Amino acid sequence: MANVGIVIVSHSEKVAEGAADMVRQMVGDAVPLAFTGGNSDGGLGTDVGQIMEAIDRAWSEAGVAVLVDLGGAETNTEMAIEMIDEARQKRIAICNAPIVEGAVIAATEASGGSPLDIVKQTAEELSPQ
Amino acid sequence: MDTALKKSLIEDCAKMIIAHADELTSLDQAIGDGDHGVNMKRGFESLLADADALAARPLPDMLKAIGTQLVMKVGGASGPLYGTLFLSLAKEISEAPTADHARAAFAAAIEAVKARGKSDVGQKTMLDVFAPVLAAWDNRAGLAAHLSETARQAADATVPMKAIRGRASFLGDRSIGHMDPGARSSSLLIATIAKHFGA
Repeated sequence: MANVGIVIVSHSEKVAEGAADMVRQMVGDAVPLAFTGGNSDGGLGTDVGQIMEAIDRAWSEAGVAVLVDLGGAETNTEMAIEMIDEARQKRIAICNAPIVEGAVIAATEASGGSPLDIVKQTAEELSPQ
Repeated sequence: MDTALKKSLIEDCAKMIIAHADELTSLDQAIGDGDHGVNMKRGFESLLADADALAARPLPDMLKAIGTQLVMKVGGASGPLYGTLFLSLAKEISEAPTADHARAAFAAAIEAVKARGKSDVGQKTMLDVFAPVLAAWDNRAGLAAHLSETARQAADATVPMKAIRGRASFLGDRSIGHMDPGARSSSLLIATIAKHFGA
């Protein structure tokens, strides 16, 4: 079965792209990866439509783990998930983890073939309990 | 609901938000990330541009389209929050709601916003305007003016609050002394809607 995909959602496209670069360096092409950042005007922010597209680009039958930065990124990602095909919704998980470290750890876990719940759990071990 | 009334509601709400965009942004610069005005303006400009088509739809469809448009255009945290408010109203309301139906729909929409924002009353958010307005919504004569005034006072009452949710919560005690931008935009919208119903 395919590996879990990783999606990075930041308010800043540069942060999202930089985090994605670090993930690529760790795991190469072993996991589907997509990132998005910025609002629909190209400023700082997040965009529901772009988040839906990023999830689609990183889609894997094993599911997708999403890393987000500040509040609006999380709220917009939740909204995006609800607007995606219902059959896919259960296979998308937002990880409560720091965006850069979380993305790298989640991708490393995913590259070993771990299922979505383990990928999410491993990333979340980075957050203070 | 009458098409002309629906169109007038959309246009006046949009114009109100656009006219206050700079004020909303400066409130948000004080305690947030300074994008509330520009985000809301972008969303409501798109509603204004579509006002004819939106108003031609039955009320539930119109509210659903407004919610979707706000979700897609506003961004920030307010996009999904206002989007959820309108999407939830769309689910609960009928084409010709009585005042009681409208109140019940508003109550359900507030619960949906609470769930979306993982927030509750007392945390210096738009909920601190919505909840008092719902509580003040009774059968009195002059209800619209009463709700408009309640919303205004409720937004003012967010000034001494400490933010618990959203970007402002990073500031902790430093969020005290500023009006919450989401509370302000909510009170502007409620005042505009109330005006159409006699306030």
